Order: sequence, then structure tokens, then C-alpha cells
Amino acid sequence: MKLLKLVPDDTNIAFLKWRNIAVAISILMIIGSMALVAQRGLNFGVDFVGGQMIRTTFTQTTDAPITELREKVGALGYGDPTIQRFGEPNEVSIRMKLPDGADQDPELANTMADQITGMLKTEYPDVRIDGVDSVSGKVSEELLSKGVWSLVGAMLAITLYIWIRFEWQFGAGALFALFHDVALTFGFFALTQLEFNLNIVAALLTIIGYSLNDTIVVYDRIRENLKKYRKMDIIALLDLSVNETLARTVMTSLTMLVALVALIIWGPDVIFGFAAAMFLGVFIGTYSSVYMAAPILIWLKVGPDSFIPPETAGGKAERVGGPEEIG
Amino acid sequence: MLDFPRWKVISISLLLAFGVLMSLPSLFFGESHKYWPTFLPDETINLGLDLSGGSHILLEADPADVGETRLETMEESVRAEMRRADPRINIGDISRKDGTLSFMVRDSTQVDAAREALLPLTTGAGLTGQRDWDIEVRDDTRFVVTPTSAGLENAVDNAMDTATDVIRRRIDEMGTREPTIIRQGDTRIVVQVPGLEDPEALKELLGKTAKLDFKLVDFEADPNAVAEGRPPVGSQIFPYPDNPAGLPNIAVKRLGGISGDKLTDAAQGFAPETNAPVVNITFDTEGGAKFARLTQNNVGRPFAIILDGEVLSAPNINEPILGGSAQISGNFTVEGANQLSIALRSGALPVELQVVEERTVGPDLGADSIRKGMIAAIIGTSAVLAFMVITYGRFGFYANFALTLNLFLILGVMAIFNATLTLPGIAGFILTVGSAVDANVLINERIREERRRGRRVVQAVEVGYKEASRAIFDANITNVIAGLLLFIFGSGPVRGFAVVLIIGIITSVFTAVVVTRMLVALWLRRTRPQELVI
Repeated sequence: MKLLKLVPDDTNIAFLKWRNIAVAISILMIIGSMALVAQRGLNFGVDFVGGQMIRTTFTQTTDAPITELREKVGALGYGDPTIQRFGEPNEVSIRMKLPDGADQDPELANTMADQITGMLKTEYPDVRIDGVDSVSGKVSEELLSKGVWSLVGAMLAITLYIWIRFEWQFGAGALFALFHDVALTFGFFALTQLEFNLNIVAALLTIIGYSLNDTIVVYDRIRENLKKYRKMDIIALLDLSVNETLARTVMTSLTMLVALVALIIWGPDVIFGFAAAMFLGVFIGTYSSVYMAAPILIWLKVGPDSFIPPETAGGKAERVGGPEEIG
Repeated sequence: MLDFPRWKVISISLLLAFGVLMSLPSLFFGESHKYWPTFLPDETINLGLDLSGGSHILLEADPADVGETRLETMEESVRAEMRRADPRINIGDISRKDGTLSFMVRDSTQVDAAREALLPLTTGAGLTGQRDWDIEVRDDTRFVVTPTSAGLENAVDNAMDTATDVIRRRIDEMGTREPTIIRQGDTRIVVQVPGLEDPEALKELLGKTAKLDFKLVDFEADPNAVAEGRPPVGSQIFPYPDNPAGLPNIAVKRLGGISGDKLTDAAQGFAPETNAPVVNITFDTEGGAKFARLTQNNVGRPFAIILDGEVLSAPNINEPILGGSAQISGNFTVEGANQLSIALRSGALPVELQVVEERTVGPDLGADSIRKGMIAAIIGTSAVLAFMVITYGRFGFYANFALTLNLFLILGVMAIFNATLTLPGIAGFILTVGSAVDANVLINERIREERRRGRRVVQAVEVGYKEASRAIFDANITNVIAGLLLFIFGSGPVRGFAVVLIIGIITSVFTAVVVTRMLVALWLRRTRPQELVI
């Protein structure tokens, strides 16, 4: 049986040759993402700004009358609703800010939800209320700060772990790569204005985990090669490490993407944003392991002396040269 | 590599069999596993509300509210103790301000006696020997009673415990199935009720404090002053929305009323004359006696029925009510009267609770999510499995076998811990599939590499497993770190995702590394191949 090989044996692509351009582009992308977030803002769901979201399905209509809905909900006097389609064209979510004073008197929020659902049921007899999310200002503030802390905490804890397992340069490289991934994902959400909710924080943390997975595989090979080829030029050594792990990188990324495509196409609509963020994250994470995490090691002057195994430091025979001498 | 002792094979197999066995009840939800032989496990995973449909409601109490109520009770106790003291201690200028109670003892020679009388009103709080109230005497005759922080904490804690019980009783009375009611933190209660079509009734019921009072109407009060909210001396003003006289308020006497917490039963009924919905209540012996005395002494006068600070109605006492039961009239609907009777039966909440978060998912959306999640999971998993066989042949098949076992193991471990499967949790499953094969990809690619470098079959496999394990280990630890933070800081469905992720990482390392290694070793030992197709 002939087996599939996605990446030919012994590739020798000079990835690191483009490192300056790649890093420049990455930095521009990070700045661009930040600017996007600053300018357009994120489309925060009720989880993080409080308010109410009512999910509905129009069971007899193929297209939900969004403009009409906007007017009718607006006419109730609670301000303009944010109406968005999710999944099928007959499924919409209606998002409202909490009415003034709802923090002192949550009854106001209930009244608002009652009025909206009541109006929907009388005006559109085929409407089905699929869900109501109502989050007070206090709880949404907590959720936001918890979300931020979990992201920051995860990034720092992981960096610390890499530092302990490898060397400080590797920790710094991983942190920078993670920052890149998170910043770009934020930029993606600012650009698409997809709803940013609790699920997206979960997606971000998974992206962090996945990106790091990749970074660690490359780092592990760099560490191994640093011990093996003590005289090799650092750039050549990084290139070698990336090439040696390339087959694995491509294969794993593809299996992740296959699983995610299934989620995006056939999965529940509620987690579309989550799956989309993850899909993007796989690309960003793979890229950042090669072009963010690796070049930083050059600039931070990682060399063979970063890992001197005590038993070989005494002048054991060294192996010099590239992979072709070994094969 | 080839040396894989029999005891290892047996223990790994037993562990796998155990995991698969534990996962079985969860795969056959509901009816069917009732007919199973009893030796099989019956722990299952729980479905989160976002999958089963239902309501999640987070209630919060204001601790200041507890403090205020407690201070009120203290004031009443102080008044009672001073009155009861022998000789009676005259006090005046009693006031509650900024959470403290202060009053003056009119006769300065009675200060010591007053202090003696107050002391039994305080008890120890906490482990430090602190009391729950501080009693201070200022300017010789002014007493200042301040709650200590330990006392207040205790009070809030007790109030929340009671509130949790009351909420549980109320929800049980509604007849909903399998509600979850948990205290969370210092001042919150989480209520989760699966499969509820209309959460409005539930919220209404939870929001009611259901504090019932009967007080005499002060019919001598000046109607204009009452309308403006100025109470006459010795009276209080309460709002009265359904007042037949048209005034928004009504004045009632501060003293001489009784509270409605001494009930043995409450039920919805109909008024005999008007057929309007009412609530029939039955007092316990003590409450019945008090109520009899109140009605006996005040025949011909109206008394106000006050619920949660609002007057429901103010009927005339036509004759003494001695039987220990009474009827609460008001502008009720049948449903409203029924709810009030539930609330009264299960007791008053010691503190007002507010809904600070509500998440309701309709049963249709939940079922839809399960169906779509399953479809996506099956397609995604099949695609990954096919991909692995095409790429790694026999080794891909071993990885797939391990991956399938891994899915059972995740379910099994979740069932053992009675963990909850949420919608993001299903996504977590699919992601675990995607990343679980990563371990095998790493191993298999490494074996390919070692073969290219000219190592012999057994050695290449051995080095492949050894060298790849290091990166697998590090990568999975970092994933667990991310998962743990998600679990600690996440809430609800997101937590469900973290649970699947963490369990999945641990079981996947076991299946992807240990189990495939066993399969490969057994195969190598049996066939001793000279060439590897990988």
C-alpha cells in the first residue's frame, strides 16, 4: 500500500531567510489589529456588557423580517436593538442593553424581556423563543475581568513553564508568539464584528494551547539539535529544526482543520464564532511558531551553550554538519 | 521496545475495559439503561442546560439588607427587654443610623441594669471569642449597639442558608424535576431547572420574599398626610396599589400587629361570596392564638394584609377569627394566588433576592444543538480517522483504535465524576480528536525520520516513541495549564469545555502513547518485520 506523504522527505526550505520581513509583517498586523479594536471596537455579547439577548426562530418564514423587527422592538421604547442572524436566515438574535436603573431593580429587565417576547408572540405567531440570556451589569463586569485574568494567567503560567523546561529565551519567544496570536484573533473579531462572548474566551485559550503545542514541538527539536550539532550556525540550525518537524506540523494542522471544518459547516450555530476563531487560530498559531517563536531565539542569542549537558561539556566527540551526513 | 511484560498488557487492557464500561450508561441515555443488569454502573454524565434546555438563574442578596433587617429585630428586642426589666427601664431617642442602633436611658442610675439586660441579646460569633454585637455607652446614658463584622458575616451566612432551603422548598412545590440549587460564594444562589418551558413563573416565585404581616389600619390618620407619605406618630405608611378608597398609601399602626410566619399551611381557594381567587392560610397554635386575640380585640376595625411591604387588602374584622385559619383576599388571579400560597407554605425569605443573571435555553434549541453537534462530531472524527489510515497505514490504524478508545474513556471519566456535558463541551470533544492524533503524528513522523536515517525497524520505533514523548509531554502540560485556568475562571458552559479538554488531554496521552505502544510492540514481537510501511 502506498501511503500518503504530504511533505516530501528531507525538505530544505530556508524559512528563516524571510524572518525580518515576516516579523515586520507580523508587527504591522499586530498594530493593525490593535487599531481595528480601538477604532471599530469588539461586538461584545451580553456576557461582557450586560443586557439581554433573545434568540428566536421563525418556524414558518424562510427569512426573518429583520428591518421590521428592528422597528417594532425599537418602538417599545427600550432603545435600538442589535439584531443579528445566526445560522439559518430564519434564526435571529435580538440583543438589548439593560434598561436604565436595572441594576437597582432587576424587575425592569424582566419587564423588558416580557414585553419583547409578548410583542413577538402576538405579531409573529410562528415565532419560537429559543433562549433568553439576561446578564446584569455587575455579573458582566465579573465575567469580563475573569476572562481577562484567565487569558493573562494562562499566558504567564505557560511562559513560566517553558522557561523552566527550556531556557528564558524560549519563554520570551513563546510569550511573544502567544501575544501575536491573541492580538490577531482580537483583530479578526474587530474586523468581522462577530459576537465576542464567553465562548470566544474559551476559543482564545484553546488557540493559546494549540499554538504553544506547535511552538513546543519546534523548540524541542531546536533543543535537541543544539545539543547534537554544536558548531552549526544558529540560522541553519533553526531552519533544519523547522524542516524536520514540517511534516508533523502540516499533518496536525490539517487534522485540526478537518475537525474544525466539520464544526463550522455541520455544527450547532451557537458555536459558529468559536469554531471560526479556532480555524483562524490554527493558521496563526502554526505561522507564529515558525516566524515569531523561532527568530526571537536568534535575537536573544541562543546558542549551543544554552544547553550544556554536563557529560558532553568535557569535550566528547562532536558531530558537525547537516542532516545529509547522518542519513 | 519488544519487552512488554504480560502484567502490563493485562493491566492496560483492564483499565481500558473499565473506562469503556463506565461510558456505556451515558451512551444509552434515559429509558434503556433501566433494564440493564444491576452489576453494570449507572453513573452517567449530565447534560448541561444548553443541551437539555432549561433555566439557569443566579440570585444575589444584598448583605446590607440582611444588616438592616437584623438591626430592626435588634431594636424590637431592645424595646422588649427594657420593658420587661424589673423595674422597667425607660428609654428614648431610639434611632437606627448607618447600621448602628442607639438609644438613651432616661434614668442614669439604670445604665448598669440596662447593660445587664442587653448582654443576653448578644452571643459569641466566630472562633476568636468575638461577640456578634458591640455594646458601648457614650456620654453616660447613650447606648450604641454596633454589629461586629463577625456577627454580620454569621448573620449573612445563616440568612443565605435559610434562603437556599426556602428556595429549594419553593421549587419542589412547583413540581419541577431535578432542580439544582447551590449556594455560591457569600451572597449568591444558583438555581438550575432543566426542561422548563416558561421561566417567568419561576423567576416571579424566586423574587418574592413572601413576608406576610397583619397590621391594624390607623383610620384616624389624616388622609392628606398619608397620601404625601407622612405617617402619624406610632404609625407607618405602606403603599396600597389596589386601594378601593383611591389613595396610593395607607397608614397602619406600628405595634399590635402579628407577622404571618407562623403558618402550617397555605392553599389557593375561592372567596365564598365573590368567587374571587384567595389564599387560605392556617396558623400554627401560637400564631392562631395571637391572631384570635388580634381579631377579638378589634372587631369592626379594618386590618391590613401586608406582603413584602405592600398592602394587598384591608378587610374589616367582622367577627373574631378563632379557628386558626384565615383568608387573604387581594386582587389575585388564580395563578397569582397559587404562587403566593406556594411562597407562604415554603416560608419567607430572610433576605430579598434579585436575579442578576438568567440563561434560558428552549428545549428545541437544545435538541437541535445535540443533533448538529453529533453530526459534526461523527463527520469530523471519520475524516480524521480516514486521514490517519491513508497517511500512516497500520500505524494510523493503531492510532485510530487508540483515538476511539479515548472517546469512550473521556465519557467514562466524565461519568465517574458526574461531570456535565455542555455545547462547548461537544466542541471540546471534536478538538480533542484533532489534537489527540497529534501525539501519534509526532511519534509516527519521528519513526519515519529514524528509518530514513537508517535505523533498523525495532530501534526506529523505540527511538520514535522515546524522542517524541518529551515534546508530547511538554505540549500537553501547557494545554492542561490553559484548561485549568479556563476551569477556574470560566463559568457554566465554558467550564464544561474545560472539563472535556482536561480529561481529554490526560486520557489521550494514555491512549495515544501507552496503548499504541503496546499494540505496536505486540505486533513487532509477533511478526518481526524487516521493513516498515509508514
